[in-house]
Amino acid sequence: MTTSGTTTTSGTPLIALRDIGKRYGNVKALGGVTLDVHAGQITCVLGDNGAGKSTLIKIVAGLHQHDEGAFAVEGEETRLGSPREALDRGIATVYQDLAVVPLMPVWRNFFLGSEIRKGRGPFARLDVSAMRETTHRELLRMGIDLRDVDQPIGTLSGGQRQCVAIARAVHFGAKVLVLDEPTAALGVKQSGVVLKYVAAARDAGLGVVLITHNPHHAYLVGDRFVLLKRGTMAGSHAKDEIALDDLTRQMAGGSELEQLTHELAR
Amino acid sequence: MSAADTSDATDATETDKADARPVARTPLLRRLAGRPELGAVVGAAAVFVFFSIAADAFLQWSSFSTVLYASSTIGIMAVPVALLMIGGEFDLSTGVLVTSSALISSMFSYQMTANVWVGAGVSLLVTLAIGFFNGYLLVRTNLPSFIITLGTFLILQGCNLGFTKLISETVSTKTIADMEGFPSARQVFASHLTIGDVELQITVVWWFALIALATWILLRTRAGNWIFAVGGAKEAARAVGVPVNGTKIGLYMGVALAAWISGQHLLFKYDTVQSGEGVGNELLYIIAAVIGGCLLTGGYGSAVGAAVGAFIFGMTNKGIVYAQWGADWFKFFLGAMLLLATLLNWWVRKRAEESA
Repeated sequence: MTTSGTTTTSGTPLIALRDIGKRYGNVKALGGVTLDVHAGQITCVLGDNGAGKSTLIKIVAGLHQHDEGAFAVEGEETRLGSPREALDRGIATVYQDLAVVPLMPVWRNFFLGSEIRKGRGPFARLDVSAMRETTHRELLRMGIDLRDVDQPIGTLSGGQRQCVAIARAVHFGAKVLVLDEPTAALGVKQSGVVLKYVAAARDAGLGVVLITHNPHHAYLVGDRFVLLKRGTMAGSHAKDEIALDDLTRQMAGGSELEQLTHELAR
Repeated sequence: MSAADTSDATDATETDKADARPVARTPLLRRLAGRPELGAVVGAAAVFVFFSIAADAFLQWSSFSTVLYASSTIGIMAVPVALLMIGGEFDLSTGVLVTSSALISSMFSYQMTANVWVGAGVSLLVTLAIGFFNGYLLVRTNLPSFIITLGTFLILQGCNLGFTKLISETVSTKTIADMEGFPSARQVFASHLTIGDVELQITVVWWFALIALATWILLRTRAGNWIFAVGGAKEAARAVGVPVNGTKIGLYMGVALAAWISGQHLLFKYDTVQSGEGVGNELLYIIAAVIGGCLLTGGYGSAVGAAVGAFIFGMTNKGIVYAQWGADWFKFFLGAMLLLATLLNWWVRKRAEESA
């Protein structure tokens, strides 16, 4: 396990996890995970199903609390109590399948939970026209031109929905963007589109955590790769320390894959 | 939209020339077809025409007033029930909660020899507490609301019958008509206004006020956004910071508030309350909401639709009487309306999705 490389980036990391662990009753779901997220960098978390990726994401997003280790946001030791708290600290999470409310219009989704209001007290009301225009403008910046931001977001393609969710996080001033398998359900072309926006978010100065089980996608954009295996950290490599082949092999289980190759050989 | 915005938009769409229209609105017809109320409005028009032909008395102003009154008694509850359904939950305790609310109000005033407004105030607190209990139990246990409110339905029904027997030793409450505050309370909850030749029951005013309030909340407030979101995709809403639990509890308390208004109307209109009343009405409220376009699965619907659903109920209920067919046929018509309106909604949505 390599832990070098964290020192190559100066400044306080936006998020620093030290030996983070989580138990559900007697089941240890995650243990000993250490990773840093720096502004303008993409940290990829790779792992097979059941490796502990979703547990990790839930801790960072504020849905669950960690039982072991330390979790620091901008150098300050933290225990996030709710997704709202995480958002307030600048951590936005985009989930694979529950990023949006399909039946609601695009603009209502865009501003859900952070609605713009005008007026005071009981007369505080949604500023609908401002929200519509902002949504249209922000999506256009991401290269999505919607004719009608009133259409239910469920009518958009999977890739577009992910992009709306990413655009939303960027617009609301997230410092850290956590993406849960953004390309898992997408075709090749749409995956490319989403990865472009991930890179765009990085260029905008966000620290990105990209969670995926696809090493090819990760290697295209990642600066650091953290490998999870059965709830523990199996490696952490900077991009210049590891080649795609190595990453793919480690991700797939290294020796296990070789054994499988042997078994399947004809 | 400003000119600057427009040029901005066209610049960025160079890759997609065919789609150069910025923020064009969907055609009017499509937008109408996309409204949840459509099925209900078409159904209401059909029922109206039908009874206008079938029953001569139906088109008189006095009949219209009666129809509106019947609609309002269901509509006052159907509107918050619709909001609750948009929020993704059911409430089966609503029918008997109305009766509970009336009973508490009446019995407290009578037993304490207090001003009837004191009884009404106590009733408001208890009714809201029951609504809170429904919502709190739901969000803490994550059990289906069908089960939880079926439980409170039966508990309340038992309490209504049991306590009334225990305290009044009959199946109805004692008269409170001679008590302090009764005339003013009747004015608020059970009087009628006369506009020209038309007599308008005050419940119709309450009903319209609730429709306006609910529509305002749904479409123009943050809470409305949250209601759609918690019904449409609870976890997605939670993930972006929507207070899911608070929204659901609030919806149950909204239903309780309307149950209180309905209960006070019953009490101050008839002076005494029958303890066994209200059973079965919860389904009428749900039917009105569904005819009005609310999805059973949540996340879609409207308050106006539910009100139109209640209006269909009122027209059918009274229209059958005016046509002198006997009230036995009422349920048949209601069932047919429910199926037809739901089918129409389903068909329209399917067409709209296909052409989108």
